[in-house]
Order: sequence, then structure tokens, then C-alpha cells
Amino acid sequence: MTGAQGPAAGEGLPVGGAMRVMGAETEYGIHAPSAPSANATMMSARVVQAYAQVTRQRAAGGAETRWDYTDEEPLHDARGWTVDRGAAHPSQLTDQPPVLDAEAVALAYGREELELDGQDESGTLLMNMVLGNGARLYVDHAHPEYSSPEVTNPRDAVAWDAAGDLVALAAVRRLAADPALPPVNLYKNNTDNKSVSYGSHENYLMPRSVPFGDIVRGLTPFFVSRQVICGAGRVGIGQDSGVPGFQISQRADFFEAEVGLETTIRRPIINTRDEPHSTADKYRRLHVIIGDANLSQVSNYLKFGTTALVLSLIEAGLAPRIEVHEPVMALKTVSHDTSLTARFRLVDGRRVTALDLQWMYHEAAAKLAQDTGVGDAVDGDGHTHEVLERWATVLTQLDSDRAAAASSVEWLAKLSLLEGYRQRDGLEWSDARLGLVDLQWADIRPEKGLYYRLLARERMQRVVEDSAIATAVSEPPADTRAFFRGKCISSFGKDVVGASWDSVIFDVPGYGRLQRVPTREPLRGTKTLTGALFERYREAGPFLGELLGHNSAPPAA
Amino acid sequence: MAGQEQQQPQSRDSQVDDDIPEAPPAPPEAQASASTEGVDDLLDEIDGVLESNAEEFVRAFVQKGGQ
Repeated sequence: MTGAQGPAAGEGLPVGGAMRVMGAETEYGIHAPSAPSANATMMSARVVQAYAQVTRQRAAGGAETRWDYTDEEPLHDARGWTVDRGAAHPSQLTDQPPVLDAEAVALAYGREELELDGQDESGTLLMNMVLGNGARLYVDHAHPEYSSPEVTNPRDAVAWDAAGDLVALAAVRRLAADPALPPVNLYKNNTDNKSVSYGSHENYLMPRSVPFGDIVRGLTPFFVSRQVICGAGRVGIGQDSGVPGFQISQRADFFEAEVGLETTIRRPIINTRDEPHSTADKYRRLHVIIGDANLSQVSNYLKFGTTALVLSLIEAGLAPRIEVHEPVMALKTVSHDTSLTARFRLVDGRRVTALDLQWMYHEAAAKLAQDTGVGDAVDGDGHTHEVLERWATVLTQLDSDRAAAASSVEWLAKLSLLEGYRQRDGLEWSDARLGLVDLQWADIRPEKGLYYRLLARERMQRVVEDSAIATAVSEPPADTRAFFRGKCISSFGKDVVGASWDSVIFDVPGYGRLQRVPTREPLRGTKTLTGALFERYREAGPFLGELLGHNSAPPAA
Repeated sequence: MAGQEQQQPQSRDSQVDDDIPEAPPAPPEAQASASTEGVDDLLDEIDGVLESNAEEFVRAFVQKGGQ
């Protein structure tokens, strides 16, 4: 389990380009139109429950797999301190299992709301699943959340994030078929346009040796500007959409600080939560909270790919030396300017556009990729070349051919549709139908979701095949520890009593106590290392015997 | 919005009518109008997909806070 060598953002991956251990988290907007006052936490639990019924893993135990909170450290700050629990906002205490029963819901939301929901289920509701594809599906506050398995590249990040949309869709279908429950809609967006936002987060593994200050300096100008390629678009300006209009990002108006630990209040451009979910002295997990949830595959691909490239620049000490004057303000300036011509000030006095900044980062990333060789079209790492190419194409189109960019850049695709309505029907930005187009853009049902209607007409580009996304619903990535986690669930689910990013816990007859298998190295537990082991055993007992070295030498997980 | 749904077949009919004279080689202008037509056609489809009563539907979409 230990004995890893090499510094790296995951040993074994080529350094300097777009490959890196990464993953996505998506909180879905949830709404039951026929039961508008239904309790959101309860509905979210029903989504998890419904997916357990779909996969039938509940009977096998895997669906009820408890999350192992031993290594969750939400109050550890990457700047080197820990927040006192008493001083923390309750929503920051994500390391306690959310046991949701009728009483807990009543305490959180009031008895009245519980009764309005028509519920008297006294039993505990299912709040967490670990899936056979290595992902986690659970209730986060008042939203269902899908956290993708760890992957090593942006293409897989798109596939396993989109797989989460199919997981959510399967749950929605199941609930719609149940006459006893109100149908539930799920939306892959980030705001209700009434002053509430919920996140889609990215996670990137980095060597702990990189000073956090370098990350803040290198990333902030990039995050101010990257929304022009991966913003999802939003109808309304201001947290409560008080000003009619359209802006590039779902999230920009909800950010109020430059650096900080919080994710639900005073949201910072750079989040400092320091839970590595891996060997803590080697790695940090950079938790990125500023992104929009993406349905557009190109936007999603570039969101992960370009950010991974910039982290490689920071690790190499080669990030562009740029400092944005008042970045929180600049973030909003960029989001509110769909012409992409707005200039904001750098500390050195220059005035630049978001596209200018993106080109500076592209140039530096392309040079590093060339110098390290990872960006070569033939002999490179197989990912960096494509990220750089697509990035340049989109930046060029945003400058000179916006109609072409609308097939890949999510905010522009949404804006084109909205402009079509405005022209045909003469609608003002305050018209409710435009708000509905914005909302329904993100409905995850292909027959209702407007993104999916455009995709069906080939008006949106694909990055991964539909078949690859379908496979990712049930299969874990082969090249990270998610393979081990997912296969444990699909092969031995009835004997798995708990799991987390860095452990799987078994309760196997014949073992006197629980067996906790740590998986602290994100690039171990791969198909190469453990695939044969899973093929050899049908029962968890002998499997663990070999793994833990009770019979013979174990392959490391 | 039953009214909107009923408009759909109508617009498909009119599109068929337009297509017949346009079948011969298309000059650049016709390409532009074909692209506009694509947008019109798309909007017609989406009219049929959009939830009815936009104002009420949008107003009822209220979320509790998240991360």
C-alpha cells in the first residue's frame, strides 16, 4: 500500500500536461412540480433510494454502504491551520454521517414542513451509496450529489461525470414510475435564480510540496477568465437575478472572497479545504468550487483539461506572472460581458480581456508541453495535444466565429437559443419564458432537457461516444483506485459495510472483526494491479485472504 | 400550452412547402435562410417541450442552499 516513489500529481502519470488524478462533484437542483412544498432533503434521499432499487444492489448490501468518515477533514485549511469546530458554520461539518430520519428532518426544517410533505416514514432513509463505477451518490444538505470516481485525464472526467447524469436520470425514471410518490425533476445547474446557489466542484491531486501561495497566484487570473470557455450561461444578473439580462457564468455572482475555507457562505475563488483523501504528506487535493456544472462536453472537457494544464504550469514554476486587480470584481465583469470585450486592470497597470488572459495561459502551457514532450501529437501523453488544440480552436472562434463556438461553448449555445426566442417572439430578458429556457436547459431528461434537444440535432459537439458514457455508469475507470472500490462493490457488495475515497471496509464471516482495506495511493488498486485478483475469487473471504496476505503474497491495493 | 403544441404540425407543413422550391442548387442566400429555418424548426420543437405556465414553473423552482 505504501512504498510509492516519485513526486508527482499521481506517480506514474506523465508530468507537464493535462494528465492528473481528478474528479467531479455535481449537486443537482431538485424539484417536484406536483408537490412544490416537498422537503428537499427527503426528496434527495428518495433519489438515492430509487437508484438503489434500479441497480438492485440494495438487496446485495452494496447500496447501503456506509461512508467511512475516518479521513474526512473539512476544517483543515491548506494554508496550515484547522478551524475550531465551534467557530465553523454547521454546513462545513461534512465529516459527520447525515443520519436522516423523520426526527432529524423535523429538527432541520420544522415539524410543519415534514407534515406538509405527507411523510410519516419513521425509518431511516438511505443517504449514501457507493456505486459499482467507483462513484458516490449521496444526499448533500438538500441536494442529491454524484461524486465521480477518480480518473487520470479530462476525457475520462467528461465520461464519468456524464455517467452521473445517467445515474440521476435512472433515479428520476424510477420515481416517475412509482404512483405513490410525486415525480422528481433533476437539473444540472447551479442556481435557482432566487439567491441560492449549489455547487459543482472539481478535484485535482497535487504534490504537497507546491506552496499554496503559488497555487493562489497562478490560478486566480485563470479562474477569473476561464468562464468564457466553460461557463454554462445564466438568465439574470445578481444573486437574486434582480437585474434582467444574461451572463456567462451560473456561479460568478455568488463569489465574495479571494481565498477561504468556506463553500456555502462567503464563497472564495480559491477554496482552501485540505482533505487529501490520500497520503497527506505527499498530496493535496485541490478543491475547486468556482466552476459551473456543464452539460456541454467540450466545455466540461476544457474545464478539466485546461485547469490541469495550469496546475502543471504552477508546479513547474512557469505560470504567467499576472495579478488581477480586485479579482472578485473582475470575475463578475467577465461574466456580465457576453461581447468578451470588457477590460479589467492588472496590478502592473495593463488592461486586458478574458480572452487575452486565456491566450497567455495557453501560450505558457503549450510551451511547457512542448519542452516536456507530453504535448506531442504522436509521442505525447495522448491527452495534452488535444486539450491544447481544442482550447486554441475555441478561443479563436470566440474572437472571430461565434456561430461556430456555439456548438461547443455552453453559455454561447444557451445564449443562441435564447436570442432565437427573443427575435421570434420579441421577448424582454425579464420574460418568464426565457427563465424557463434557462432552467429547462439543464433538465437531465433527454426529452425535456433543452441541451439534449440540441445534442440530438447535432448542434452540440460530443467529446466522448454515448457508448463510453453508458459503460461508465457501471464500470469504474481502470487506471485509478476507483477500480478497486467499484469492483469491491460490484463483486462483493453484500460483504462491504463501508467505503470512502481511501478505504473499503469488509464484514466477512470467519473474520472476527471488520477488515479495513486502505487505498491511500490514488494510482494503485488499478485493473493492472488488481484485475486478476477480482477474476480469481467469487467470495470475499478468500479474496481478502489473498489481498491481506493471509495465504500468499498480496498484490497491493 | 395546448395552443403551442397544435402549432407544431402546422409549421412542419409550411417547412415542407418551402423545401420544394428550394431543392435546386442553393445559392449562399438560400443557405442562410436554411440556417434560419433550422432555428425556427428548433424553436418549434422546443415550444412543444417547454413546461406549460412558464411563470409559475420558474417561480416554484426554489432550492435550499448548497455548496
